[in-house]
Amino acid sequence: MGLPLFPPGEDPGPSFAALIRHSDLAGAAPRPGAVASAGDGPASHAPGPSVAHGTTVVAMRYADGVVMAGDRRATEGNIIAHRAMEKVFPADRHSAVAIAGAAGPAVEMVKLFQTQLEHYEKVEGVALSLEGKANQLGQMVRENLPMAMQGLVVVPLFAGFDLRLGRGRIFTYDVTGGHFEEADHAATGSGGRDARTTIKLGWRPDLAREESVELAVRALYEAADEDSATGGPDLVRGIFPMVATVTADGYTPLDDAEVAERFASLVQRRGVGRGIGGGGP
Amino acid sequence: MTMPFYVAPEQVMKDRAEYAQKGIARGRSLVACVYDDGILVVAENPSRSLHKVSEIYDRIAFAGVGKYNEFDQLRVAGVRHADTKGFAFSREDVDARSLANLYAQFLGQVFTHEMKPLEVEILVAELGADGKPDELYHIAYEGTITDEDRFAVLGGETETITDRFAGSFADGWNLDTALRAAVAALAGPDRTLAPTDLEVAVLARGGGRRAFRRLGSGELAERMAGGRRSGSRRAGAQTPPADADGDGDTPAS
Repeated sequence: MGLPLFPPGEDPGPSFAALIRHSDLAGAAPRPGAVASAGDGPASHAPGPSVAHGTTVVAMRYADGVVMAGDRRATEGNIIAHRAMEKVFPADRHSAVAIAGAAGPAVEMVKLFQTQLEHYEKVEGVALSLEGKANQLGQMVRENLPMAMQGLVVVPLFAGFDLRLGRGRIFTYDVTGGHFEEADHAATGSGGRDARTTIKLGWRPDLAREESVELAVRALYEAADEDSATGGPDLVRGIFPMVATVTADGYTPLDDAEVAERFASLVQRRGVGRGIGGGGP
Repeated sequence: MTMPFYVAPEQVMKDRAEYAQKGIARGRSLVACVYDDGILVVAENPSRSLHKVSEIYDRIAFAGVGKYNEFDQLRVAGVRHADTKGFAFSREDVDARSLANLYAQFLGQVFTHEMKPLEVEILVAELGADGKPDELYHIAYEGTITDEDRFAVLGGETETITDRFAGSFADGWNLDTALRAAVAALAGPDRTLAPTDLEVAVLARGGGRRAFRRLGSGELAERMAGGRRSGSRRAGAQTPPADADGDGDTPAS
């Protein structure tokens, strides 16, 4: 590896993805059209064999910013591949990204995204705007499209604190990299529907931190209750879903102990004879 | 056929060195030193936006004196090198030594093979982790690399500044004391430097993954005035950052 200097016309600028395309690392990052497609054009049938979309990740706005949460289960078909996978990551100081879809490419995408945001900040001397970050992630999802056509779908959820507007914002994505800003809350993954319903019933503007964390925990619980590919609280092994907040002060993951306690009290409230499907807390 | 004038290689090198030295001496100087909780870099720089001191990686900082466009190009190359390496391998595999070597090779190459040498002197500093000492690599315009473990002075008049600074340097001093000594050394006996004339950054231990942090003008003024000295002796090192700008992405946990 020499010193990466470029003639003016070829300079990749502040883009890390463009930089590694220039260098020997080209294979390390997804490139547009890099994957030879087995079938012609868009896959006309269901996605490939064992790559399930199994996950639930949620995000919602609250008074100080956004809260984001995700379960910990990774599946391969009907097998539980991993019980403690992390699906919520800090993207940079003031944003977080959660992933649903094929684990390998998703984690790789997050790594590239994190590096890209930091790289931009260092080269340019200022951080990207929140919309700029959301857009960057959209481009990465789009570059993954050939892989997605073969079943390796990655659908992230992006949320952060917009320092300019002084509030939390949430962006959802589709397979093609299209991204859409959600007003209040979002959920994605195989259990996303159940989680979304739970949040929809409990959400109101300007929730306090505790209330929004509680709601996120309930949403994940309900999703895990209905969706086999979403992991609930694992009381035996002490593995609990990940919850993090992003506020003006930055990304803060919640203590495992706090999450454990919330799930414990939730499970307690739902015990036999107390109405398993019960609604309110 | 006309023969080109013969110029002795000694003369060529001497001329180039003189040219580069002149360019560097025109700019203002910079002092970097270790203190009890990290590495301090103080540069004389009236600009708030054109930085002489910047972040390269989690524990690595860059500082340059001389021609801005030339050392900024080197800074960006350093960021690219570090980020690519960290991406391909692991974050802990990125180190200042190999980057300093690359800089030295490049500067040496340009000095001997190009028409015009780069009019820059640069510093690559790495905060030691896991018991490893802090490292300061001082790379001159012709590619000479010096490994310092206490302090480094870059720019013009280095000898006088070094003399002044070496007199006051003390092992294990705190940030405020080090800062005041560095500012005094840069200013000399006849001048005083205001916080607005300075660009100051630290690589501080215990600040999360990204150790690089700029000292904002408010904090700088306070520290230079000695306001933070009252109370515990280590008050300076313990105070949370006034501006969260250069702080790490991931909170310390």
